[in-house]
Amino acid sequence: MQDRPTIDELLEAVAGFLRDDVLPNTQGRISFHARVSANVIEMLRRELGSLEEHYASEWDGLDHLLGVEPMPPGLANVREGLLARNKQLSERIQKGDADPGPWRNALLAHLRRVTHDKLTVSNPQLAAEG
Amino acid sequence: MDAETVRAGLARFIEAKTGKPHAIEGLVRLSGGASRETWSFDAVAGEDRIEAIFRCDPIPGIPSMPGRALEFHLIKAAWDAGVVVPEPLWDGDDTFGVKFFVMRRVPGEALGARLIRGEQYGEARRVIPAQLATSLARVHTVRLAAHPELAELPQPAPGVSPAQAEVDHYESAFRISSPDPHPVFELAFRWLRAHMPDVPEQVLVHGDYRLGNFLFGEEGVRGVIDWELAHWGDPMEDLGWLAVKSWRFGGKLPMAGVGDRQQFFRDYEAAGGFPVDPERVRFWEVYGNVKWGVITITQAATYLTGRSKSVELASIGRRTAETEWELLNLLEGKGD
Repeated sequence: MQDRPTIDELLEAVAGFLRDDVLPNTQGRISFHARVSANVIEMLRRELGSLEEHYASEWDGLDHLLGVEPMPPGLANVREGLLARNKQLSERIQKGDADPGPWRNALLAHLRRVTHDKLTVSNPQLAAEG
Repeated sequence: MDAETVRAGLARFIEAKTGKPHAIEGLVRLSGGASRETWSFDAVAGEDRIEAIFRCDPIPGIPSMPGRALEFHLIKAAWDAGVVVPEPLWDGDDTFGVKFFVMRRVPGEALGARLIRGEQYGEARRVIPAQLATSLARVHTVRLAAHPELAELPQPAPGVSPAQAEVDHYESAFRISSPDPHPVFELAFRWLRAHMPDVPEQVLVHGDYRLGNFLFGEEGVRGVIDWELAHWGDPMEDLGWLAVKSWRFGGKLPMAGVGDRQQFFRDYEAAGGFPVDPERVRFWEVYGNVKWGVITITQAATYLTGRSKSVELASIGRRTAETEWELLNLLEGKGD
């Protein structure tokens, strides 16, 4: 285990430097990219705080749509597994399995949950609207 | 090009066009990178002052996008049709060895968020929807038959509808550039293919008609710009694109963030536009969200494949989710 500051605390420090020191003292493209970078770091802080929960929830949703599969150990393996399962989901949509019917309704509810989780990380303002 | 080359060339060009020598003052490059250069300048001869913009391709021999190569003719056709655009002054000749043209400079603001939030823009927010509707109706009066100089703009292949041509284009861009699966886009492409409108008329479509691509002041619209994506197609495409949620910049109303949908349709029709089919506009709004979503993926791909190191382009990959969210709303009939 690393000593403090934690990941989140250090990211907060870097975001603060970009926002409070770089941004007001630069212009044009550099200033704009400093703002973008500060926003990216704030997004990463939200992502790190919710990653495991969002992965588990997406996996669980896919279990209901595609059949149960054990979730592998390790976040990198879960990500790989989620990509493969979403590819499977995409193929079923292409085949017409998601044309009007009960599976479509379950699929839409799942995609809503997953996309809302993505928004709470990438655009919390929009996530709060709906 | 460097400033001295531009200054010397413009001095020769303006003298040839006006018949008298002008001093080139205040020459400054506004924007541009790999794809195009934009310069601002004043041409001064005694009491006469022409405030102008010079636009040129950066490198000789690299073919432009059709809309860009034809930008002067597009703005001229729009100007003649009564669209609010910067006045086109002169199409370029061989002065610079690259394609260029000169138009009158229109002062104004273009940033979407400023229109939505700016206190000084209250009147602008009120009048801009009808002004946009009127200009758009006039864009759509431009036909290929009357404008042979615009024949090079993209148009659907014979027997292919505008909707199919557009959906095919962005689906293939999606298949090529998306490294990861996107089930929401799969649903959306399937929906689009099941709802392709059959379009009787083909007219000039601006292709990027939205908040951010027109100049405005406190009194309203001053000039529609950014004609690079112009093509021949379904006029309803421009109405759908104007309603795409990402182009509302946080505004609460659907049309450019400031206009009511039904009122906009009435204003467009009253200005001589085509009868509005709300379902067809909805089709193009779904398409528009897919298109912007695919663009976010392709822009992020320029980072992922090492073609760009820009943190801005990289982070645009995280904006795809916004379009997915809006697509789910639209597919479930929950759009506004």
